[in-house]
Amino acid sequence: MTAVFGLLAGAILFTGFRVVTSRNVMHSALYLVGALGGTAALFVMLSAEFVAWVLVLVYIGAVIVLFLFGVMITRAPMGREASLDNEKRGFAAATAGLLFLMLAGSSIYGFKDVELQGLGETVSTADLGISLLGRFVLPFEIVSFLLLAALVGGIVLARKDLTPGQEEEAGAV
Amino acid sequence: MSIVPILVLSSALFSLGVYGLLARRNAVMVLLAIELMLNGVNINLIAFEAAWGTVGAIGQVFTIFMITVAAAEVGIGLAIVILVFRNRATANLDDFTLMKG
Repeated sequence: MTAVFGLLAGAILFTGFRVVTSRNVMHSALYLVGALGGTAALFVMLSAEFVAWVLVLVYIGAVIVLFLFGVMITRAPMGREASLDNEKRGFAAATAGLLFLMLAGSSIYGFKDVELQGLGETVSTADLGISLLGRFVLPFEIVSFLLLAALVGGIVLARKDLTPGQEEEAGAV
Repeated sequence: MSIVPILVLSSALFSLGVYGLLARRNAVMVLLAIELMLNGVNINLIAFEAAWGTVGAIGQVFTIFMITVAAAEVGIGLAIVILVFRNRATANLDDFTLMKG
């Protein structure tokens, strides 16, 4: 289990690092696929199979495609590009490094005695479904309404505004 | 296996996301870095779920909520980026100085 985790952690960290340092926007988005795939494998290892597949379907299937469309529509520099980072990289690296030391330090200090349970001893997908549509049914409905409102809002924001003449033409078609 | 390596991994992923958020200049790249940060938090939730095995899979329920909210955030975020791109013909965050005093 430890060897598998080491392999996965290495893959996730490498691809995550390339996401934020790659000089090519397209490569960054594709490296994010690698990081999310590694995370899904880690979720399977932690016996959360359903969430792993949700991650694959929603993130790799939908969100990454949305990002690729965003890259193409905004005509982001597709090839190698030197000006993709701003001039505050040292400050950003220092902030991220300090944050990592703080988070990792407090995690090690606070949870050094906590052990993972063995595979199969944690909850099953049936428990997850009962919980999601039982105790958490109201948040579930609210979050589904939030997603609907956000996507309708996205369409309203991103569509081209038609002038009155064009609206009549569009209505006639 | 102890939970600590997984927490360190999620901390590293979150910190990489913070670095990308601060260092990137393109608005789409900043949204990619935010996804990386949310992913680190998801790993944390699932790790604690696997360690303590709460009744009713609460950790996994919250992970699913976070994935949903992240999808909504990406939809709205990219719509705003496309709208700004249409008005200003750039997705470079350093050029959005309309409200600078």
